[in-house]
Amino acid sequence: MDGFDALTLARMQFAFTVSAHIIFPAFTIGLASYLAVLNGLRLWTGREVFLDLFNYWKKIFAVTFGMGVVSGIVMSYQFGTNWSVFSDKVGPVIGPLMGYEVLSAFFLEAGFLGVMLFGRERVGPVLHFLACLMVALGTFMSAFWILAVNSWMQTPSGHGVNEAGQFIVNDWWAVIFTASFPYRLVHMVLAAYLTTAFVVGAVGALHLLRDKSNEAARIMFSMAMWMAAIVAPIQILAGDQHGLNTLAHQPAKIAAIEGHFETVSAAPLILFGIPDAANSRIDYSVSIPYLGSLILTHTLDGTIRGLDTWPADERPPVGIIFWSFRVMVGIGMLMLGLGMWSLWLRWRGALYDTPLMHRAALLMGPAGFAAVLAGWITTEVGRQPWTVYGLLRTADSVSPVDAAAVGASLIAFIVVYFALFGSGTFYILRLMNKAPERHEAGLPHDEPIRAGGIMPAPVLPTPPAGE
Amino acid sequence: MSLDLPMIWAALIAFAVLAYVVLDGFDLGVGILFPFMRGEAARDEAMNSVAPVWDGNETWLVLGGGGLLAVFPLAYSIIMSALYAPIIVMLLALAFRGVAFEFRWKTKRGKFLWDWAFAFGSTMAGFAQGVALGALVQGIPVANRAYAGGWWDWLTPFTLLTGVALVIGYALLGSTWLIWKAEGQVQRRAYDIAFWAAPATLLLIGVVSLWTPFLGPIYAQRWFAWPQILLVVPVPLAVLGMGFLLLKGLTARREVSPFLASLSLFVLCFIGLGISFFPYMVPHSVTIRDAAAPDNSLGFLLIGASVLVPIILAYTVYAYWVFRGKVNSVGGYH
Repeated sequence: MDGFDALTLARMQFAFTVSAHIIFPAFTIGLASYLAVLNGLRLWTGREVFLDLFNYWKKIFAVTFGMGVVSGIVMSYQFGTNWSVFSDKVGPVIGPLMGYEVLSAFFLEAGFLGVMLFGRERVGPVLHFLACLMVALGTFMSAFWILAVNSWMQTPSGHGVNEAGQFIVNDWWAVIFTASFPYRLVHMVLAAYLTTAFVVGAVGALHLLRDKSNEAARIMFSMAMWMAAIVAPIQILAGDQHGLNTLAHQPAKIAAIEGHFETVSAAPLILFGIPDAANSRIDYSVSIPYLGSLILTHTLDGTIRGLDTWPADERPPVGIIFWSFRVMVGIGMLMLGLGMWSLWLRWRGALYDTPLMHRAALLMGPAGFAAVLAGWITTEVGRQPWTVYGLLRTADSVSPVDAAAVGASLIAFIVVYFALFGSGTFYILRLMNKAPERHEAGLPHDEPIRAGGIMPAPVLPTPPAGE
Repeated sequence: MSLDLPMIWAALIAFAVLAYVVLDGFDLGVGILFPFMRGEAARDEAMNSVAPVWDGNETWLVLGGGGLLAVFPLAYSIIMSALYAPIIVMLLALAFRGVAFEFRWKTKRGKFLWDWAFAFGSTMAGFAQGVALGALVQGIPVANRAYAGGWWDWLTPFTLLTGVALVIGYALLGSTWLIWKAEGQVQRRAYDIAFWAAPATLLLIGVVSLWTPFLGPIYAQRWFAWPQILLVVPVPLAVLGMGFLLLKGLTARREVSPFLASLSLFVLCFIGLGISFFPYMVPHSVTIRDAAAPDNSLGFLLIGASVLVPIILAYTVYAYWVFRGKVNSVGGYH
């Protein structure tokens, strides 16, 4: 591990473990809501196909949730193993918020997940629907607390510092509802919904390509394309608002995203280019005049502050976030395009009869995950060189652990995660490859009751027939 | 009167850790015993006995870790960086066994691989936890609010012993759990293992207990000074009593009492640790009060914990009550 110090390795390790983890919640937040909707539609319309779809996606949810649990356990210890100074200083502020996340997630798992996965015949359709709603609410609450923590690190407020050098809380309300929190929460939850919609859409498209008369496939494809057509524009608007909020509170991050090394008025929007941070310029740039100022200041000649107005040791790395931002926005535009295309085909009555569309939707299946990762890279790398923006440097947050230890554990995490989550992804793809059937079975009864909390629901007495 | 929040939270965290050790202890134990189970049906039955509860059991670990960060951030940061290697090994091992519950049923050809992942992960997790505990007992050097040792300091003969001791202790919990929950061939196998694990556990408790006072004068003082010895001596006496009940229950082929006696042994050892540690959170560097976050952080989380933890506990008890019967190899309880 020559050339890597403990700090770089610790950052790589956190980036790797949190990236691996975010995949699962991004999917389960959206999927929990989708399951609740399917369950509600079955209750409302009485159509059997919604229950088939519910049972189909439930199996995928169970495997995904299991992987989310194990990768989540790792996260709750990463702060201490690799970022012990950060934990000591910031624990009094973010610790209780994370404590609430654990408590609410635990409560959800203990209370409702078992009923959702196994309980329909036992508790009846209405209670079962309520359990699904509670699971969806629980995943949202987890996102709420984690994003409160993250937003406080980005735009801290409501805190003070005690004599031991620890951050302490003066006002809990201000700590939880920081300036960037509402924007971040909306942006992330919509991202989770879009991610799930594109996975569902891809699975629907796959089975439409094989058999365009499959009713369940038609329904899931149609629902997913409604989501793409409606939520993608809203998400782009939410992202724009989030960007303006970032400009107000973290202008250096915006300067790096936009690739503006020098302060400019009437700034162009740089579409592409190769950032050269050493010489403070963008090579081979393709740009649209005035559009940069128009987007960020909503005037043609607005001034955007350049990176050179910050000391060199307070600038975020340009190369990574210049690109990650463009990947995110590019995928967002593709999602919008697919959504609009679906509206056009729907109007023409050809939504289920256009294989080219189905192939495109299939290709876009993993797009949400890529966009979520690119977005998180943009906001987190853009926060550098700070862990608590403007107050605590990343270099001053790291554990006093040898580089060798961090490097060895990084390699171990990479090997183990690829083996475990690679297998899990394979099993999920295999489930997705199977077409949804009429009277889709729930979880097989010859297997034991497994992951997903303590779950007494399956052995509750089945109500006697006729009651 | 104002509440002594650091002490309340110390008790709550201690409770979470104890809940984790006894609950996940028996399901890790079942994993440790997996290689000793003959045939697929026996393994299915053993795994089914813990499948509905393992996730809930393991959540106490997250509650303990997350709680420690929230209310004792200094202790959390020192312990996690001092025990870096064992903690990472534990996390990776838990990941292996956690996914095995789900993946094992997703493949026919690869099932044996996940059987091994389950057994290996459970054993390594238990060993790493034992090593971490031993390393905590032998003391952690601290300077300027940070760990001041190297990343191999945790590795000593004492910690290797505590690692082995915890694996065998978990095997005892796992085997007595199976005596309670299983029937027929699996139960007979569990009796065989328990007959071997019970005396081994008692012997190791004795060796670790006798070794501990040599690790620091504070331990020796706490356990051997007159007249304080009168207060602490009931603990080792109770261990002897429980050990006797355990062996008696096994020879009489009782089904429930061996498990309860094994749990009691774990609780007693935990009380013993509490006596050794108090008032330190990180022996012998950081006290409970030094480690605590400011009172308003402790109070803020205590509101949520005092509402949710009782509900979670009640639900846990209910879940175990619902699953109270014997298990079989095809998924159900009867």
